[in-house]
Amino acid sequence: MTSPATAAGRKTPLLETGAAWLLALLWISPLAYAFWAAFHPAEFATRFDLTAPLTLGNFAKAWTYAPFPRHLLNTIILVTMVLAAQFVLCTLAAYAFARFDFAGRDLAFGLVLVQLLVMPEVLIVENYMIMSRLGLVDTILGIGLPYMASAFGIFLLRQTFKTVPRELEDAARVEGCNFIGVLLRVYVPLAKPTYLAYGLVSVSYHWNNFLWPLIVTNSVNTRPLTVGLAIFGAPESGVDWAVISAGTLLAVAPLLVTFLLFQRQFIQSFMHAGIK
Amino acid sequence: MRHVYGWLLLTPAAILLIAFTHYPAAATLLDSLFTTGTVVRPSRFVGLANYAALADDPIFWQVLRNNAWFALGTIPTAIAIALVMALWVNTRLPARALVRMAYFTPTILPMIAVANIWLFFYTPQIGLIDQFRAMFGAASHNWLGDPSTVLGATMVMVVWKEAGFFMIFYLAALQSLPPELEEAGRIEGASRWTFFWRVTFPLLMPTTLFVLVNATINSFKLVDHLFILTKGGPDNASSLLLYYIYQVAFSFFETSYAATLTSVLLALLATLALLQFALLEKRVHYR
Repeated sequence: MTSPATAAGRKTPLLETGAAWLLALLWISPLAYAFWAAFHPAEFATRFDLTAPLTLGNFAKAWTYAPFPRHLLNTIILVTMVLAAQFVLCTLAAYAFARFDFAGRDLAFGLVLVQLLVMPEVLIVENYMIMSRLGLVDTILGIGLPYMASAFGIFLLRQTFKTVPRELEDAARVEGCNFIGVLLRVYVPLAKPTYLAYGLVSVSYHWNNFLWPLIVTNSVNTRPLTVGLAIFGAPESGVDWAVISAGTLLAVAPLLVTFLLFQRQFIQSFMHAGIK
Repeated sequence: MRHVYGWLLLTPAAILLIAFTHYPAAATLLDSLFTTGTVVRPSRFVGLANYAALADDPIFWQVLRNNAWFALGTIPTAIAIALVMALWVNTRLPARALVRMAYFTPTILPMIAVANIWLFFYTPQIGLIDQFRAMFGAASHNWLGDPSTVLGATMVMVVWKEAGFFMIFYLAALQSLPPELEEAGRIEGASRWTFFWRVTFPLLMPTTLFVLVNATINSFKLVDHLFILTKGGPDNASSLLLYYIYQVAFSFFETSYAATLTSVLLALLATLALLQFALLEKRVHYR
């Protein structure tokens, strides 16, 4: 992405550089403001004074006002569970679509793609009824289950598996691998970049997902960070601004830090997943 | 044997997809033809009566109108900004990685967190926007409390959140353009402006169409911000179709009517999918 070959040949005119920076500053300012408010006493939330004292008090308050550790744990369980299930289910289904000629394959693939359009959050009414029949309301499994068979994941992996040369598969078969052995030794290792890309997109999606978790949960023990944050930050909770900013940062910190550390992988993953 | 293996591999995913996508979609259409059952009065078949009620429901028409304005207001703006961002980030810009990070960061933040921050910007008097305006002597304004500004206020935030995401698609497309084109343009003496409108922009058309259709589909699912900023108010001025479905189903407990509204949403999404299909066909001819 930074190789000189891909960068345009001309230097950016000074005026445009300034404009690009100005836009960048504008784009990052809401987050920068949240940092300002969170690390300063409440009376400085609207007064920008470089001599304002720094404090961690807002974080301490946010930590005690809402059960953040529990919400964080729920989110981590949810994201891990969904991702693990997606990897297994999507790998198997993608392998079937990419390499097996079975009756009704094209129709089945078309039916899978329907989910790209009709995501589970569109069907909140019926899915809630299904979950209550299954006894899964207010469970973390209930939040994750509708997303585990992901059309997007199946589609991405199928595209990748299709690019694997048949000769590699034949070689593995000569070595004595059965069809699962071929999948695990040939296809999965070659699709690593796709798994990384899909994994990052999936984790950020489920870390941030709100509507369905809100509907299907009703206790602290299952609510993920986004739902906890929405209750905590609601104006009627009467918590002051600095504390809400601190709580907001607490909720986004793990994902934000990961993003800042692996910025290039993130952006490349979103690109990789987006253009397929 | 390949038939058996194929279906065996597909079965686990197929069961979940049928259980949480196909079955509920079909059940939605079916439920929209019945009344909401209660303990004393079981649900009964009413044909299209729910749809007749929907046609007479002014809130339904309002949220549909809001959805249309929301899509019209956010998507072209976000796409234009995204394109400019991508063009900038694709040049030899000093501190390019930092600029790209700044543009992209809103994309990975949860909408709930973002709305928490923006809520304060829009707060009358003490909010940042009003304070900024006060420096120029403007009167305080209740951005989220005034039906004429509330939808616009939510749209500004959504544009900010989405532009960096769309930028990614343009960036990918720009990087796949052959560098010889720019070389040729320079030899021909084309100005950057001409080069962009005559060469780059037409070549990016498939990306623009792709982003356009996906963004439109996505605009029907973007409702998280309403839970924090406005609760759909005042007077449903900022409410959107999916948020109304949520209210009808989980605040008013009118399940059948919620299913009717969901059926309309499904029909809209299906129309968009067909449109996308048609556009993608064109894209092949274009190349």
